Amino acid sequence: MTETNRPVLLFAAMALLFVATAAIIGLNSALFALNFCLISAIMALGVNIQWGYAGLFNVGVMGFAATGGLTAVLVSYPPVAEAWAAGGGGILISGLLTLVTIAACILAYRRMPRGLVRNWALAAIILVGLFVIRYFYDPAVEAIEAVNPATSGFLGGLGMPILFSWALGGVVAAGIAWVIGKISLGLRSDYLAIATLGISEIIIAMLKNEDWLNRGVKNVIGLPRPVPYEIDLQQTEWFINLANSLGINPVDFSSIYVKLCYALLFAAVLLIVLYLSEKAIHSPWGRMMRAIRDNEVSANAMGKDVTRRHLQVFVLGSAVIGIAGAMLTTLDGQFTPTAYQPLRYTFLIWVMVIVGGSGNNWGSVLGGFLVGFFWLQAEPLGIWLMQVITAGMAPDNPLRVHLIDSGAHMRLIVMGLILLLVLRFSPRGLIPERTSRAH
Amino acid sequence: MDNLLNAVVLLLNFLVVPALAYGSQLALGALGVTLIYGVLRFSNFAHGETMSFGAMFCILFTWLLQSWGVTLGPLPTALLALPFAIIATALFVLATDWLVYDYYRVKKASSLIFLIASVGVMFIMNGLVRFIIGPEDRNFADGARFVFTARDFKEWSGLAEGLALRSTQLITIVTAIVIVAALFWFLNRTRTGKSMRAYSDNEDLALLSGIDPGHVVRIAWILAAALATIAGVLYGLDKSYKPFTFLQLLLPIFAAAIVGGVGSPVGAIAGGFVVAFSEIGLTFAYKKFLAYLLPAALVPDGLVQLLSTEYKFAVSFVILVVVLLIKPTGLFSGKTL
Amino acid sequence: MSFLIGENMTGGYGGADILNDCTIGVEQGEIAVIVGPNGAGKSTAMKAIFGMLNLRQGKVTMEGEDITALTPQARVHKGMGFVPQTNNVFTSMSVEENLEMGAFIRDDDITATMAQVYDLFPILKEKRHQPAGELSGGQRQQVAVGRALMTRPKVLMLDEPTAGVSPIVMDELFDRIIEVARTGIAILMVEQNAKQALNIADKGYVLVQGANRFTDTGEALMANPEVRKSFLGG
Repeated sequence: MTETNRPVLLFAAMALLFVATAAIIGLNSALFALNFCLISAIMALGVNIQWGYAGLFNVGVMGFAATGGLTAVLVSYPPVAEAWAAGGGGILISGLLTLVTIAACILAYRRMPRGLVRNWALAAIILVGLFVIRYFYDPAVEAIEAVNPATSGFLGGLGMPILFSWALGGVVAAGIAWVIGKISLGLRSDYLAIATLGISEIIIAMLKNEDWLNRGVKNVIGLPRPVPYEIDLQQTEWFINLANSLGINPVDFSSIYVKLCYALLFAAVLLIVLYLSEKAIHSPWGRMMRAIRDNEVSANAMGKDVTRRHLQVFVLGSAVIGIAGAMLTTLDGQFTPTAYQPLRYTFLIWVMVIVGGSGNNWGSVLGGFLVGFFWLQAEPLGIWLMQVITAGMAPDNPLRVHLIDSGAHMRLIVMGLILLLVLRFSPRGLIPERTSRAH
Repeated sequence: MDNLLNAVVLLLNFLVVPALAYGSQLALGALGVTLIYGVLRFSNFAHGETMSFGAMFCILFTWLLQSWGVTLGPLPTALLALPFAIIATALFVLATDWLVYDYYRVKKASSLIFLIASVGVMFIMNGLVRFIIGPEDRNFADGARFVFTARDFKEWSGLAEGLALRSTQLITIVTAIVIVAALFWFLNRTRTGKSMRAYSDNEDLALLSGIDPGHVVRIAWILAAALATIAGVLYGLDKSYKPFTFLQLLLPIFAAAIVGGVGSPVGAIAGGFVVAFSEIGLTFAYKKFLAYLLPAALVPDGLVQLLSTEYKFAVSFVILVVVLLIKPTGLFSGKTL
Repeated sequence: MSFLIGENMTGGYGGADILNDCTIGVEQGEIAVIVGPNGAGKSTAMKAIFGMLNLRQGKVTMEGEDITALTPQARVHKGMGFVPQTNNVFTSMSVEENLEMGAFIRDDDITATMAQVYDLFPILKEKRHQPAGELSGGQRQQVAVGRALMTRPKVLMLDEPTAGVSPIVMDELFDRIIEVARTGIAILMVEQNAKQALNIADKGYVLVQGANRFTDTGEALMANPEVRKSFLGG
């Protein structure tokens, strides 16, 4: 296998996997897996921009993805007029007051001389600010959450097409990344890891508890779609005709058709992100990034502002993750904060990048497809495996019952093992980065 | 006068005593993180799961002892099981060093690669814990529940407010003091302990002095495993044991280690208490406290809670951010192991 | 045959050779000094003798035994003491702990050796409970030398021991080094302050581009007009 046709072969094998799934299990589940994999590949590209280009370890992928998801809700869901009337003003005022408090803190920090007085003044500003904000915020939240709590109880969104949220999700995630990066970049490399771990946990905690914003754990369901609804299609004449001419039952075909529409949209985004990523990595900027990654000390000595470059790359990567997060929520059609687990949303993506080949965009895409595909198949495979292992035991054997019940936890162990094994035995991944040094 | 005393007792009961216990647990956890950082130079993301692992072994041994009818009377049986749990955890952790980290040490890999490897170890440990003991909540504290109850205290003092001291809280604080004293004795008085500090201070010079790095690393892992197991067991006794809490504990533990200055044991202890007191102090509802001190007309309507308890780990994050902004090297920088 | 000798050493850190057929030797109770212009490979020659780089050619022998293949740690066990130029003390540990760590490989009683070190450097006894990182540059060098002496080495190797210290402290340090040599220890050092170092040297090596240019007694080198002109600033 030469170096040039290796990626082609690997992608061909991946395509074969989907074709096989379609043939064996059905086109519907193959498309379901494809959509999942397309989004995963975009997230993997985002992580690759941070890790592969610059060596930044982001343990908060989950938080940025969730931010994108929240943006999808806030952009697409129709505004809840009643809730706005009940407490919208209070929320806006408290938001404004938050900005005022932050501004006052910054002002005090800049204008006052260093020392104890300044520290106490800052503490006092924050304390007073907190009480004033909560004076407006608490009743507003209570009023909003009292509006039809069973079905609404939140402010809703802007009622705009959900596709807008894809771009906006990226912008919001980028904004959060900028703040985190400003604080923790330029310090020891593991501080970024710890800071991103923290911020992602806090974002998830907010999404679970701020009911006025996104209904918290009550979930927002029924988000508008960028593609037609199955029910509508099944009653449209051209669609029924098309289905009949293809010889497929219109009900089945509608589900396939919708998934195909999503797949096209996602593929378009993936291609755009991939194109831009490839452009970037082969530009002078990309070469400089890799030079910094490979030797930070000498890059620093050459007068490159390493921290600034790292901030750029961290923000860009997080934006891509945010976009993918918004897309995922769009695909699900609902927003469930409890679904955000670090294993699924942070470390799975990491495994994708490392397995695929960190530093290589094509590698990350392949990793996204491959690992995403097997992630979906892991649960049935795990249960099947446990059943095979315990086949000789009596059905009520406690060990057998325990093993089958615990099959789901195998995912954690398997993911950890894959991460460790790839890191050790194939650290450059399936499609290694092409380095100038190797030639 | 009684009002003032009542207010003080209220704070003691709901803020100071719980924060002392929680702070001790965090301090022990942060000591393990700082020890590994000092010797192996990476942030061990698997440390939370090591705590979980140790606590799990302790629960299993406790069940075994209980099934034999062995208990410790008023003390929790877990204390008897603790040494066995430490041995089991230490063996497991040494195995991870041998299978995972040793390779990167020989290769002199960057600390970030170690960190990623520790994430892999974290998942495997988390999976094993759920696999072995299951994801459910476990309460394994037995023996006496209280050293003295709120009612005892009220009868004794004649105050309206009660002060209770749960036995697990007292055990936590006493154990932490004993363990920390033993650790400092080991690091400052024994030859092995000093060689560990020397290795942490200046690896090359330690090699020139004939200090065996493999030995130092093994001792560091054993100590970290022991500290993690003790911290995990104390946390589990004090609250209850849930496998998923330990990933969330990672943040306050790292915050404690960083606040104090990573690599500094004194800093880790101070950091543990800073984080614990801030977390509980900021999520505490001061309404009743103020009611004792202020005239009735001035008492606010709300709970006077700065932050709702759901966000308590946001406190460690904020502390972390403040320290990173103002003094990234931590409060006790320069004083390593 | 010298007590310790690196003969015909050729090698470098993987890239081009830094040492070219260089020979350095020292006798017990003697001070040998390596001098030369910047980049002449002085420190490299000493590190080669201590086993910190792989030699392509040549060998190192001590007491007639070939030690070329030994690691630096193994050479410490054989009786070599090495004082690096920088980072040569445990800054967070007390002076006394530094000395204790120096004696880490010894299992016998070290109090006598420690007393000898304190006799040699009285200031260290005074500051024995202070962290070494808080000491002045000259005192730190004393700790560094003291730490290396704790193994009771037969050879003491010093990499620019007077770098960054004042002239007074330098003289003081050289006096102490002479005292150490009188106890029968062989001393090999690399020095930037060539004149002062050759003054106390029994043997001097002038290296240029990794090769021996002049080798003679310290006195003779000081008297050699060519050496004076090119290497000692007239």
